[in-house]
Amino acid sequence: MYTLSNKLRTFSFALIILGFIGVVYGFMSSHKSLDEVKTMLATEAAHHEGGGHEVAQATHADDTHEVHGEAPAHGENAHAEADAHDAHGDAHAEHVQHQIANRPWSALYVAAFFFMMIALGVLAFYAIQIAAQAGWSPVLFRVMEGITAYLLPGAVIVLLIAVASGTIGHYNIFVWMDPEVVAHDKLIQGKAGWLNIGWFAVRGLVFIAGWSAYRYFSRKFSLAQDNADDNSNFKKNFRISAGFLVFFIYTESIMSWDWIMSVDPHWFSTLFGWYVFASMFVSGITVIALITIYLKSKGYLELVNDSHIHDLAKFMFGISVFWTYLWFSQFMLIWYSNIPEEVTYFITRIEDYNLPFFGMVVLNFLFPLLILMNSDYKRIPWFIVMAGVVILFGHYIDIFNMIMPATVGDRWSIGIPEISSILLFAGLFIFVVFTALTKAPLHAKRNPLMKESEHFHY
Amino acid sequence: MESSKVIHAIYTDDDILMAAVKDVRVAKYHIDEVYTPFPVHGLDKAMGLAPTRLAITAFIYGCIGLTVATLMMNFIMIEDWPQDIGGKPSFSYLENLPAFVPIMFELTVFFAAHLMVITFYLRSRIWPFKDAENPDPRTTDDHFLMEISVDNNNEYAITELLKTTGAVEINLVDKAH
Repeated sequence: MYTLSNKLRTFSFALIILGFIGVVYGFMSSHKSLDEVKTMLATEAAHHEGGGHEVAQATHADDTHEVHGEAPAHGENAHAEADAHDAHGDAHAEHVQHQIANRPWSALYVAAFFFMMIALGVLAFYAIQIAAQAGWSPVLFRVMEGITAYLLPGAVIVLLIAVASGTIGHYNIFVWMDPEVVAHDKLIQGKAGWLNIGWFAVRGLVFIAGWSAYRYFSRKFSLAQDNADDNSNFKKNFRISAGFLVFFIYTESIMSWDWIMSVDPHWFSTLFGWYVFASMFVSGITVIALITIYLKSKGYLELVNDSHIHDLAKFMFGISVFWTYLWFSQFMLIWYSNIPEEVTYFITRIEDYNLPFFGMVVLNFLFPLLILMNSDYKRIPWFIVMAGVVILFGHYIDIFNMIMPATVGDRWSIGIPEISSILLFAGLFIFVVFTALTKAPLHAKRNPLMKESEHFHY
Repeated sequence: MESSKVIHAIYTDDDILMAAVKDVRVAKYHIDEVYTPFPVHGLDKAMGLAPTRLAITAFIYGCIGLTVATLMMNFIMIEDWPQDIGGKPSFSYLENLPAFVPIMFELTVFFAAHLMVITFYLRSRIWPFKDAENPDPRTTDDHFLMEISVDNNNEYAITELLKTTGAVEINLVDKAH
């Protein structure tokens, strides 16, 4: 049995408290009056543009509005009258004011989604291992079950933030939740049958219910198998895992439209669901590897040998390449045809998020490719930890790149709201996961494939 | 012509062969070669063979393929005749990079795969009209053969050792050089 050390408990609480303080600070400091924003913009313009203030501001407003597809609410009508410069400046300032107010919401949402997606990725990996009757992984099942314990609270938090941003917040993440935007936007009106808060919440609850139900029963059968005298629990677990994988691939796809793609309601992409899946899958596997290495270093997983670590590292490597394949396929198809209605998505990212957008390709592809290619390196714990930290950071940036351009536009930064949101959810994640690990023996005793897994050697 | 003698010990089971290889290694006799009808997992480790470096050569070949693709397309599409083809930006390689990636990828794989296979053929000395080097045709079907070189007239000691390892047949063979 694993016992949660006091040090780890204190550490996770410290993260939560520190993160919470930072998040509160982020919300408090993001409410700016229109005059404050105008003064800020004037100083910025004076700094950056020198003399060409008016022209620059006008084109700037033009760019961001059109590119964001949020134009109807604040932009287009105003800058139709080009000489009415005051109205124009107002609309621009209002737009920026909204972006600044969005930042703590989006920071919180990105971090919440990131940690939720780790748990969901691990759940998918776990189900695949069971459905495929993998012989190597049963020694890691309890670690995976521990990580997926975060799924229920994590997913509920994500859905709550999403709904709250449209009910108690000021439509800070999803523009389609704003009735005023919808009233002036034919495109969103056309999608209102799908994109409305009620239906959005119901869908979210269905996803969460399905995932959690699988997690609950799979865990139950897995624990029951420990003390059973036949394999009926194993068989049941096999069946529900196969069923869950079908359910998962549908709901994951729909979840990615709802929770991520709908922040840009004017934009759509067919392989988006797969792309988000690859991101969550590789992050999940990385976290399995990191927690396994941690528990092994504390002496809790004697039966895990470096071949298991090697296999996890191969998955990290392979799925990193798979993620890159999907990232590039999505990017290249849109870049190549360059159709205005869909290419705006990447134009905002390349213009305003150049370093994060291309930096994540280095973090998520180039770095793991070169580090994890060598077979010997895949057995060295500190190498895997290093690569894992970089991969996790890279996939945080990936989610950041999906959400932020739609909500805060060029007003992004990685500062107190973002870092403290990460700390908050990292603390929560660590606490929930390691508490779940104490609930059951780390060795799934009577799994029919356990013997093979114990002697797994690559 | 100088000739040397080798002992051929024949086994009918790969597990017994593995045990025999370990015994012979412990007794510090030199195993020249082992002939098997199929890959025996772990035999290379038991024999103490050095790990292959084929993967390293493949990595290098892949890098060469990537370089070839880049240089080729940079010259053709950007330097030699930078035409406007459907509005694609041909001002620099980087600007039109996404369009080149499929070819860069394929050439990397092509070079890595083919050159590595050819390297394997060269190092293993395999080619279409090569004479087979098989000491006993049964080793292509269901027998395993261990070849041990004899020097200083120690053939008796080796034979005695091999008898204890479960060999079904032990032959002393003259090997012409």
